[in-house]
Amino acid sequence: MKTVAPLDVVRVRRDFPIFERAVRGKRLVYLDNANSTQKPRVVLDAERTFYERGYANIHRGVYLLSQEATEAYDRARARVAGFLGARNPAEVVFVRGTTEAINLVASSWGRANLSAGDEVVVSEMEHHSGIVPWQLACAASGARLRVIPVTDAGELDLEAAAAIIGPKTKIVSLIHVSNALGTINPVDEIIALAKRRGIPVLLDGAQAISHGPIDVTALGCDFYVFSGHKLFGPTGIGVLWGRAELLDAMPPYQGGGNMIHTVTFEKTTYAPLPFKFEAGTVNIAGALGLHAAIDYVDGLSWEAIRAHEGALLARALDRLAAIPGLRFQGSPKHRAPVMSLTVDGIHPHDVGTVLDAEGVAVRAGHHCVQPLMARFGVPATVRASLSFYNTADDVEALAAGIEKAIEVFRG
Amino acid sequence: MNELRDLYQEVILDHSKRPRNFRKPETVTAEAHGRNPLCGDTLTVFVDIENGTIKDIAWEGHGCAISTASASMMTESLKGKTLAEGNNLFEWFHRLLTAPPDLGAPAGPLGKLAVFSGVREFPVRVKCATLAWHTLKAALDRDARPVSTE
Repeated sequence: MKTVAPLDVVRVRRDFPIFERAVRGKRLVYLDNANSTQKPRVVLDAERTFYERGYANIHRGVYLLSQEATEAYDRARARVAGFLGARNPAEVVFVRGTTEAINLVASSWGRANLSAGDEVVVSEMEHHSGIVPWQLACAASGARLRVIPVTDAGELDLEAAAAIIGPKTKIVSLIHVSNALGTINPVDEIIALAKRRGIPVLLDGAQAISHGPIDVTALGCDFYVFSGHKLFGPTGIGVLWGRAELLDAMPPYQGGGNMIHTVTFEKTTYAPLPFKFEAGTVNIAGALGLHAAIDYVDGLSWEAIRAHEGALLARALDRLAAIPGLRFQGSPKHRAPVMSLTVDGIHPHDVGTVLDAEGVAVRAGHHCVQPLMARFGVPATVRASLSFYNTADDVEALAAGIEKAIEVFRG
Repeated sequence: MNELRDLYQEVILDHSKRPRNFRKPETVTAEAHGRNPLCGDTLTVFVDIENGTIKDIAWEGHGCAISTASASMMTESLKGKTLAEGNNLFEWFHRLLTAPPDLGAPAGPLGKLAVFSGVREFPVRVKCATLAWHTLKAALDRDARPVSTE
């Protein structure tokens, strides 16, 4: 068996220009990766080179620049398909991000498939973007939203899931990895439950995408969605992957240029996949930036990334658990490097501000999961989320910052 | 670290740990509920207005140190003041929080409330400091009669 060389974090960090700057006179300790990730220079170069040397709109021009841009955009799509283990690049639709992707499916698939009496199944740990689009689809169709509950450990209650996914279920929409707790959901089991009844499954991969290889074919899901900015790529670009037969049968989401075959006032016919779902001028530079981001991450070795992140997470959990009054929300067995915590007697916002003064960036708030926060009985938490460019020093800065907050408030 | 000390001054820490006027008064002529959806802070401000004067003001709720201390100190500063004085104080308070950090803090009639000048270094926290004040304003706007009679 071949052993993979450990990640050279010092070298990797040099690929990210932002780590050259200081914040509030301190070294930047960026632990808000579940919110958004930093960008390696190759991503910035890809966007800049396109705008400086190759910019034109795609699919429209008969001239060389447009042809080059179109080819680069098509290559980005094929690269995403390969990255996701999808067989057919036409199943990859570029969107603005995870939120738009779920809205697209809920709206378009929902319009064609949901009616009164039907049920849509989500989980209690969904991000608001995995709840609200389905609430809108249910309100429009008369379908009902059913919720798989979460246990005290922050895991899906699988027994309840087996009971909830039933004959009325039309679709299951599930977060792959929890943005608030880090829980890696047993999506294989949920997909198996759904497949027994022929129910399609959408996986929200916003958090999963930066922590390990995704293979939609092996997973057997029907839709997989993610945002480029959480995969070290630009903002404003994201991906909806869907099975061709499902996407084909869905009505368009938005109408406009690029998504049509022919237009007359009597009857308009639509373009084939994926263009049917890409109305208007798309985020071409974003797609090229995402291509560069995927190349970058793929060049690092997932095995090395996972080993590094796993070791850091274990170190962080150990170090933080030693701080009196610190409580973790949820203790999932399978966990991405994300931790939600509270400190007795100190509001998460105050912890966040003390950390900010120390150069440590975390998120403090409800993380767009208000139902999950209500489930755990807290209005807000401090969330620290790690990535492969984080170090043991970053973990120590986090712990020391929390200790400083305790000193300030209890001192 | 100096920025932190400026933000979490002793007076603020004291009020956040032992909030004053944390109760519901017996007579309430106006009240309003305030919420910061970003962080889940929530509070209710109660006032008892008589002849255009804030006879009593109190509050209940929970939030971060800044919003708790601000609500507590707001009620202390406003008790016994006229509504016009209260409005004037809010304007000065708002100016204090939003003035550029490199300018000296405006003093005016702020008194103790000037301890919130450190919030300027942390603009995302301005909403925490003003939550109680905006809630009070909503309470007074809703119950316009006592304001207009005098």
